[in-house]
Amino acid sequence: MHRIGLVSLCLFLVAVGCGEDQPQPGSGDPPSATSAVDSVEADRAASEVSEFVPGPLGAVEVAPGQEIQIRSLNTITGVTAFAGIPNQRGVELAIADYGPIAGRTVSLGTPLDDFCSSDGGQAAAQTVVADSTVVGVIGTTCSSSAAAAMPLISAAGMVMISPSNASPWLTSDMAGNVGSAYLPGYYRTCYNGLVQGRAVAAFVSDYLGFDRAATIHDGDAFTQGLAQSFADAFEELGGVLTAVAAVNKGDTDMIGVLTGVEPGSPQVVFLPIFMPEAGFIAQQIGGVSGLERVTLVGAAPLLVDNFMELPDSEGVFLSGPDLRYGSNRNSITGASASDFLAAYEAAYGEAPSTGFWAHAYDATIMLLRAIDRVLIEVDGTLYIDRQALREELHRTSFDGITGSITCDEYGDCGAQRIAVVEHTDSRDVEAGKNNVVFEYAP
Amino acid sequence: MDSFLWVVRIGAIVLLIWGVAGTVVQGLSGQGPTGEAWRDLVVAGIAQGAMYGLIALGYSMVYGVLGFINFAHGEVFMSGGMVGFFVANYLWEVGLWETNFVLAILLVLLSSILTSTLVAVIVERIAYRPLRASPRLIPLITSIGISFFLQYTFAGLFGVAVKNYPPPPESLRSRISLLGLEIEGSKLLVIVVAVATMVGLYLFVEKTRTGRSIRAVAEDKEIAALMGIDVNRTIVATFAVGGAMAGVAGTLWALLFRGVSFITGFLPGIKAFTAAVLGGIGNLPGAMAGGVLLGLFEGVGPQLVLAGFGIPGVSQLKDVVAFTALVLVLIFKPTGLFGERLSAEDRA
Repeated sequence: MHRIGLVSLCLFLVAVGCGEDQPQPGSGDPPSATSAVDSVEADRAASEVSEFVPGPLGAVEVAPGQEIQIRSLNTITGVTAFAGIPNQRGVELAIADYGPIAGRTVSLGTPLDDFCSSDGGQAAAQTVVADSTVVGVIGTTCSSSAAAAMPLISAAGMVMISPSNASPWLTSDMAGNVGSAYLPGYYRTCYNGLVQGRAVAAFVSDYLGFDRAATIHDGDAFTQGLAQSFADAFEELGGVLTAVAAVNKGDTDMIGVLTGVEPGSPQVVFLPIFMPEAGFIAQQIGGVSGLERVTLVGAAPLLVDNFMELPDSEGVFLSGPDLRYGSNRNSITGASASDFLAAYEAAYGEAPSTGFWAHAYDATIMLLRAIDRVLIEVDGTLYIDRQALREELHRTSFDGITGSITCDEYGDCGAQRIAVVEHTDSRDVEAGKNNVVFEYAP
Repeated sequence: MDSFLWVVRIGAIVLLIWGVAGTVVQGLSGQGPTGEAWRDLVVAGIAQGAMYGLIALGYSMVYGVLGFINFAHGEVFMSGGMVGFFVANYLWEVGLWETNFVLAILLVLLSSILTSTLVAVIVERIAYRPLRASPRLIPLITSIGISFFLQYTFAGLFGVAVKNYPPPPESLRSRISLLGLEIEGSKLLVIVVAVATMVGLYLFVEKTRTGRSIRAVAEDKEIAALMGIDVNRTIVATFAVGGAMAGVAGTLWALLFRGVSFITGFLPGIKAFTAAVLGGIGNLPGAMAGGVLLGLFEGVGPQLVLAGFGIPGVSQLKDVVAFTALVLVLIFKPTGLFGERLSAEDRA
């Protein structure tokens, strides 16, 4: 019995190790979704063994007739729902494009909400880990939610791939030093916030030519981490950080915080915060003596319609993912950004309200592809080994809509490309999103 | 117990003086806010406080008449601001907002007042009147339930995103010179409208027949009924007037912050309740003064006191300052600054 188990494990490892037939990045015409899945079918045929022995983290067993369970954990209610709903829809469209795995449909179950908060992330994670049939999670939308969710997700042996967490604390400093909130099982297709911090610092210093800056964060892992990475990079470039201020989520009166920023006479204020607080700052900053002419620079959370439609957002610079995906195609499904956006509009009757839809799509394909590669079928039952899944995710390498998806040892898998746009007309939001004035890649 | 309270009182005064002294030292060394910044803080604090005062009037009036805290009053305020947004947006689309702002804002104000009044009256009729004979804890808990019900009704009807009012005209966004002070036009307008509304309410309660009825019912419902006052109608009038005040506050909120969402009423509602307690619950001038003082504490307090201790990011602590101010006032004067106004039954 023990010997059969060892043989099964060897067969499994060989099957996984031999999976080199994925499409090569930039290799001419995109493969069709069918051909991509067919190649994985060939891998799986080799993994059909007579007995399955789970690894140290256990395995998910999918009995005949059952669905493969994954979950979407994004901000889908409340005033920041605009940030998470496109993520969830990206997950749904990716599942539809990928199709069944080993003849089983992939189920999202009931969409979960991270409320863009620590307690929201933790509560949702408790729901996820209570269901041992869940293989992995696509989420969270917000870094603060991920930091609270990951201890539970990781301890349960599950995996989580975020399309939009940018906090450096969740992975590493990209120089080999692990982040304080990193836990095994965490991956992301979004860029690391350190890169965005450096990008904004370079933009302020080189493009705008300013040397005095202040930052305003809201105390959560993402905004604080991004403000800090900007500050570090800006000071390295010779700039002076005049103030580090903070607002509370839910604040409306920003006069106090802006008054606290004013004494240092900053030329630019970097706001890596969300709506609606950033909107209130843009609306009220003109009423604070000494800050009437200061330049505002926002981050990805403000590359959204409900900020850019504000007349007071005109003249604000916004940094975020470089959305110029051009002819990029997801090499597993063959979908391009324009294909995705057409499908999105057809399915939901509107365009995505934020810029991480493509990251959500790529994150979901990344997870489904890895499941496809590690599952083992024994007498019609599918087994997905949790340890093998993590290892497979670390080996990820394919072309996504967002660019090359390749993971480092701490789970940073996304293309690290940042663009800064200048928003000049609140009546033409799309023009603002495409008005790239600065781009950065490490 | 008394000696403990005196220790707390003296400790609070010492900390207050220490913080202010630290801020003064910072200012003298050129590190603190400029004179213009202090002016902006004071004006913003008074404007926000005036709004708290208007909402607090509703809390205080209902407490005076029925003896319970209507925690749904924040949502009454939100409902006015929310409907006002749709009217403002329509007026912006047809061009009236830009061509005749005075008429446009009056229409918005009217719609906001009507909505808040209607919501307040409906809530009284459906949720509170059937519970009038119940222990006070019952309508109190009901009001919390109504608060959530209204929030999520508005979220379901109009969505969860923040609704942004159109920008006010340039004249309101620029500064106006008043007694040598440069004050932002919109804040000055908010303060003037709030003060005028408060004075109007005071005269209404003191000088009109309905106002006298409200005071009589607040004093003793049974005696008032024996004197021929229709208690039910008077209670409805109380809710309606409180709702109208909240409706005015909804429009002023829009002038100040321009954004309204289904949770907009929550924190201002709590702050207004705090203001009502600060001034003396049941006392209308107390609610007005309590609101303005709370706004000032919240606006100026963090920079004036906490910055002196070298605490970073003090503006993040403005809610702490506001509620600490309440605790300190109650330590020194447990019935609020202007004293409670209780019914004969409560006094007994």
